[in-house]
Amino acid sequence: MARLEILTYPDPRLKQESHPVEAIDDALRAFIVDLEETMRAGPGGVGIAAPQVGRLERVVIVDVPPRKKSSSHGRQVLINPEITAWDGMAIGREGCMSVPDYTGNVIRAERIGLSALDEHGASHEFEMHGFEARAVQHELDHLDGFLFLDRLVSRRNDLFRRKVYQAPPK
Amino acid sequence: MQWTMVTVIGSDRPGIVARVSACLFEHGCHLGEASMMRLGGNFTIMLMVGHDGDAGEVEAMLVPITEELGLRLHVDAIDGHLHDHVVPNVRVTVFGADRAGIVAQVTGRLAEAGLNILDLESDVGGSVEAPIYVMHIEGLAAGSIERLREALADLDEAGIDTRVESIETLIG
Repeated sequence: MARLEILTYPDPRLKQESHPVEAIDDALRAFIVDLEETMRAGPGGVGIAAPQVGRLERVVIVDVPPRKKSSSHGRQVLINPEITAWDGMAIGREGCMSVPDYTGNVIRAERIGLSALDEHGASHEFEMHGFEARAVQHELDHLDGFLFLDRLVSRRNDLFRRKVYQAPPK
Repeated sequence: MQWTMVTVIGSDRPGIVARVSACLFEHGCHLGEASMMRLGGNFTIMLMVGHDGDAGEVEAMLVPITEELGLRLHVDAIDGHLHDHVVPNVRVTVFGADRAGIVAQVTGRLAEAGLNILDLESDVGGSVEAPIYVMHIEGLAAGSIERLREALADLDEAGIDTRVESIETLIG
């Protein structure tokens, strides 16, 4: 086990699109162990994406503890994840291990449908909402080369309520 | 490098920030955190300016511009730090028919209940005959959210609507 170095903005690797994982094998699982250790070493981190440690593969770990108003699925390894549906919008505050000492407001979907493989290659479908849905969207953005900085909205924008129904991208 | 806090206020017009910041840049200054707002039609800005000299030198750089644009300038040496953000955990929204004392009543109760205000902005909307006061506060609560809500509960009867929400910052 090893704690990996977190890349920080403006490292150009954070702007790159990650490749789909082709083989879910012991080497990948060993990397996932290190990635999780790295996530847990940071204060308050609820997610991490492989490109944050310079490995440009579509692998994400999230672990959002259940909270009063919002259930969650706990620790999940998400390989080649795809958002299949989304609904609603909410403003929330985000920070990132790759962007130290800065937090800002970002608009995310309130609910998402998600499909992904786990570290043993099994396929899973999830419905997520609230903080967990936000965490997954934040991490999946890393796989496409986006940081929350790319999605900042003014701190003076208050929450606006608007429902959006959109078909998943084909 | 020494930080100074530069305050410029006065009648608003386009291009003030550009003129002030270009002048400081040409004199070798760095800018830190800054906040510009238009308040009642007035231009206002406060900005951290880093410079090797003292506050008097920073003031001397800016005087020609602020005099030309008819603005008031104030420069203080400060003990400032970057990379030291405090992340708020509570947002308080306040609104009601405008009258004197809303801010004093709300912030007095919040301070007693353990809230450290990190950011406050307020505005007056509505009409001249029926103005509405709206205030947003972000802060760090030492105690529980419930304690803040209880502290503000009786303001309902005074015609002041308040909403206290937790801010959960996602770190990913």
